[in-house]
Amino acid sequence: MSRQFTPKVVTANALLEGDAIWLTEDDRWSRDIREAELIEDEAHAQLRLLQAQSQPDVAVGAYLADAAKGATGPEPVHFREAFRTRGPSNYPHGKQEIR
Amino acid sequence: MYHYNDFDEAFVRNRVAEFRAQVERRIDGSLTEDEFKPLRLMNGLYLQLHAYMLRVAIPYGTLNSRQMRQLAMIAERWDKGYGHFTTRQNIQYNWPELCDVPAMLEALADVGMHAIQTSGNTIRNVTADHFAGAAADEVADPRPVAELLRQWSTDHPEFQFLPRKFKIAVTGAEADRAVIRAHDIGIQILRNDAGELGYRMIVGGGLGRTPMIGKVIRDFLPEADLLPYAEAIVSVYNLLGRRDNKYKARIKITVHEHGIEEIRALVEERFAALKPQFSGVDRQLFAEIQDAFAAPAWTGANTSAHDAALADPVYRAWADTNLAAHRNPDYAIVSVSLKKPGATPGDATAAQMRVLADLAETFGHDELRISHEQNVILPHVHKAYLPAIHKALKGADLATANIGLISDIIACPGMDYCALATARSIPVAQEIATRFEELKLEHEIGALKIKISGCINACGHHHVGHIGILGLDRAGVENYQITLGGDGTETTVIGERAGPGFSADEIVPAIERLVWAYLDHRHDASETFLQTYRRLGLAPFKAALYPEARADAA
Repeated sequence: MSRQFTPKVVTANALLEGDAIWLTEDDRWSRDIREAELIEDEAHAQLRLLQAQSQPDVAVGAYLADAAKGATGPEPVHFREAFRTRGPSNYPHGKQEIR
Repeated sequence: MYHYNDFDEAFVRNRVAEFRAQVERRIDGSLTEDEFKPLRLMNGLYLQLHAYMLRVAIPYGTLNSRQMRQLAMIAERWDKGYGHFTTRQNIQYNWPELCDVPAMLEALADVGMHAIQTSGNTIRNVTADHFAGAAADEVADPRPVAELLRQWSTDHPEFQFLPRKFKIAVTGAEADRAVIRAHDIGIQILRNDAGELGYRMIVGGGLGRTPMIGKVIRDFLPEADLLPYAEAIVSVYNLLGRRDNKYKARIKITVHEHGIEEIRALVEERFAALKPQFSGVDRQLFAEIQDAFAAPAWTGANTSAHDAALADPVYRAWADTNLAAHRNPDYAIVSVSLKKPGATPGDATAAQMRVLADLAETFGHDELRISHEQNVILPHVHKAYLPAIHKALKGADLATANIGLISDIIACPGMDYCALATARSIPVAQEIATRFEELKLEHEIGALKIKISGCINACGHHHVGHIGILGLDRAGVENYQITLGGDGTETTVIGERAGPGFSADEIVPAIERLVWAYLDHRHDASETFLQTYRRLGLAPFKAALYPEARADAA
């Protein structure tokens, strides 16, 4: 039996800045994971990934990342994805700089 | 030092123009990412966790003040005001935007620099002893050899699609400060019994997933045969290297699987065929390059200011750790630490780069070096100028007296930046350095090299750290494995894994227990950590790392 599907978000890097971005339900790319579409169905996830990969002028290297439902929107599950929502830990650069 | 000739200049400018057009075509949609990626990698441009990263080659780690100032300008204009010096004598910019990269490359070309072959399955930036041309123990300056190899390997048509990346390091001294035994090819310049210069050629070393110590393929290669022999090695590897499995594609695996005898026979055969094709142009070129690396005109001055300054304990501590013997006894080699406790190993701000450039220009024959240990070297400083240099370094927060000590840690960027990383390394380095600063034990502990990698690829050289730390992802949590007894010098040893890993919270206390165990077990202060480890082996250190296991066994 295949492993049970866990909720996902579609994420990538922005072509021009390289910044982490997430695909929203209304087909935008957001710089904030909390605006991302949390996908709970595997077939839908594959479809959304294909749609993301067909936008090479905006998004680079799209993939599905595990996420969980949080109080204000999707939240990362793995620490690597958590770092992508913030930036590096040695300087206040990246997304944490803007907030 | 070497200055670009018309050919180099035109080549680099053409490459910038070519890449500028490629970036434009990527942005307007004419090139897909799959098409663009190999092109950007050929020009040193990576896409990492939060942004692009541009890796700029600093051939054999040598810079002049003008180049250093340009690196500062680039950091300020197109990045976030700092640069990261790496374990392969490169500089990385962590925050460029795609549209700006051609302009950055143009600015590099203005000072005879580039980012070519800092990525991809090609021959990478050739590294050398950072004390080259200055060290008292040197047979010959390794940089002319490195420059010859750079010119030969740049855009070499046969070697643009090797099975995997290929790294060469050169040293001109018996004391190995360039980790040559952990390179695809390591070259040591030496003299034979007849007094002639030649090379000990070492092949098949490397760290990463499968660490291997390089093996001697030729004990003494005559000077004239360098390029045909190097070409023979890479040529044999190019055909034999495994392209079926990325993890077995480096030459260390080729040498391991075929055995050094078979590789040697194949290389000698290829060398015999290649040698007649080298018409002597390489020799002529080498002679010209050697002229470019002639020693500076040494100056004479009174060294009494230095002798007097030694009465100041702060200056004394810095002089004891950060100065090395120069071939001219009136001179010293100054290592400037980029490892202030709590700082990111290898990072320098634009302002610091400018101070270093000014010091090199005013006091140091206009020369700077970047070491693979992520520090900056002023290779030629008359002792008369040392107090002034120390004062200027203090003003720029660069006077940390810790070269070779526990806080002089090598760390790769790890998961704070790198897309390949499995854990962070920078915070671990920061915390260890800060902790031992609090304990005020650093000088008591003495020579101790800690090296940290944030993944198995080992950019942080953890295998050859006296204490090596490898960051891994264990079931979704950062976990740090410790190796002990590694050595990256002429007596290279791959460190031994101590046991189960530690969490991010546990790793600094674990290192502290190791150090206390060393202090308890050493004969006296003259016995270093590595010597103590070699005498006693893993057991007492393992007991210190895992006290609960000892309690369970009791």
